[in-house]
Amino acid sequence: MFPGSFDYRAPTTLDEATTVLSERGEEAKVLAGGQSLIPLLKLRLASPALLVDIGRIPGLDRIELRDGGLTIGARVRHADLERDRRLATTFALLAETAPWVSDPLVRNLGTVGGSLCHADPAGDWGSVMLALGAELVLRSRAGERVVQASSFFVAPFEPALRPDELLTEIRIPAPRGRSAGTYLKLERKVGDFATVGVALQLEMTDGHVARCGIGLTAVAPTNREATEAGAALVGKELTDEAIAKAAQLAAAAADPRDDIRGPADYKRDVVRVFVQRGLRTLRRSLEEARS
Amino acid sequence: MSAITVTVNGIEHRLEVEPRVLLVDMIRTRLGLTGTHIGCDTSNCGACTVLLEGEPVKSCTMLAVQADGRRLTTVEGLARGSELHPVQVGFHEEHGLQCGFCTPGMMLVAAALLERNPNPTPEQIRWAISGNLCRCTGYVNIVKAIQHAARLRADAAQPVAAGGAS
Ligand SMILES: Cc1cc2nc3c(=O)[nH]c(=O)nc-3n(C[C@H](O)[C@H](O)[C@H](O)COP(=O)(O)OP(=O)(O)OC[C@H]3O[C@@H](n4cnc5c(N)ncnc54)[C@H](O)[C@@H]3O)c2cc1C
Ligand code: FES
Ligand code: FES
Repeated sequence: MFPGSFDYRAPTTLDEATTVLSERGEEAKVLAGGQSLIPLLKLRLASPALLVDIGRIPGLDRIELRDGGLTIGARVRHADLERDRRLATTFALLAETAPWVSDPLVRNLGTVGGSLCHADPAGDWGSVMLALGAELVLRSRAGERVVQASSFFVAPFEPALRPDELLTEIRIPAPRGRSAGTYLKLERKVGDFATVGVALQLEMTDGHVARCGIGLTAVAPTNREATEAGAALVGKELTDEAIAKAAQLAAAAADPRDDIRGPADYKRDVVRVFVQRGLRTLRRSLEEARS
Repeated sequence: MSAITVTVNGIEHRLEVEPRVLLVDMIRTRLGLTGTHIGCDTSNCGACTVLLEGEPVKSCTMLAVQADGRRLTTVEGLARGSELHPVQVGFHEEHGLQCGFCTPGMMLVAAALLERNPNPTPEQIRWAISGNLCRCTGYVNIVKAIQHAARLRADAAQPVAAGGAS
């Protein structure tokens, strides 16, 4: 299989890239790791007239810890997050998710930014960024704007990204108090997209929940934040009852469909089980960290 | 057409390619290196695995132009002249293959793994090859072959003990 013909540009600066996009954005596609786009080009599901390869722009591959928060360049690969030892403590959710994303070969090319811009409701990183309360930095000739992850996923495969815009970085705020995160994913076989995925980020101060981010994968038309479930925990102690209640609210926030990976009510119940199991695991790991 | 320069198995090639040419097709049809296989052609099987700057990637899901200025290794680049790479010896001696279709990809993944982790556990080997499908072996002998290769590498790295057999 071959893609159809296209023009190819590989700008070496951000300015050059946004200039090209300002001129030809409507007919162009940005190429990052290519692990979603190239299969689409080969199947002729996408036939852009121009590919703008951001692989030669320096600086987009940085992972920076800054004031307790984290900045991830748009071209940071899944494999980079898998290997970055610094993440294991404060941003365990990222380190834990990376090995769940596709397979080791795809992880060596595919990028976190590409995954977010692809906006596949079954993508893993979208839920993680929702759980972490991340912000996405979008750049065009007109300047920069910052969009919350919670308003980025508009519809299946439709991010809040204009044709002349480029995602340049993802900013994750510093967690409050003591924090822990985990990703639970049910897949049919290794390397598969999720049947159900749940991203959890828990932040505690004085034994009470300061913030709980819950992101859901593959159970709604987009990656979805279970906002009510997270909010129901805020200010509370993490009792079994509080956890069970949040798990129920998260299941209610899911809107899964029957498909080859399973029936809708099954997936909805997996959300409940995962939120419950995940929060108990995080409670335990925070208790162990204290003792 | 785009002019690109790629270093494949240590040899620099300058080529003119259409941007839509996939890396695997450039390797097979332009360079004649047919050890890189096309299996699924849909990013699922790993038969097309090559090493890009030492890291395994699927060459059916990469454009040749993306490899401009980069260093690639294909299965033909594993042996040094007539001396087989430890991974090749491992697959030979532990019967790590049957039809051989997946073998170039498996061996390249294994070679990259051993560079990173010279003494992997069977579990770590299984995770490393989890992007490469084999329809024949059931994987057991592939894991053994890679463990064997790890031992061969370790032995080769040990200086021969004084007075030992030459
Ligand atoms: C076999 C296989 C299994 C997979 N399994 C999983 C899985 O389990 N979970 C999962 O989450 N993903 C999975 N994926 C998808 C993979 O994670 C991709 O890497 C990811 O979805 C896209 O990232 P990319 O860098 O490859 O982007 P590309 O394919 O290059 O681009 C994807 C889209 O985003 C746009 N884009 C990319 N970067 C930018 C940017 N900086 N600014 C603006 N637009 C941009 C492109 O124009 C395109 O529309 C799998 C892929 C394969 C081939
Ligand atoms: S041929 Fe490339 S992954 Fe199957
Ligand atoms: S040996 Fe036949 S596919 Fe692996």
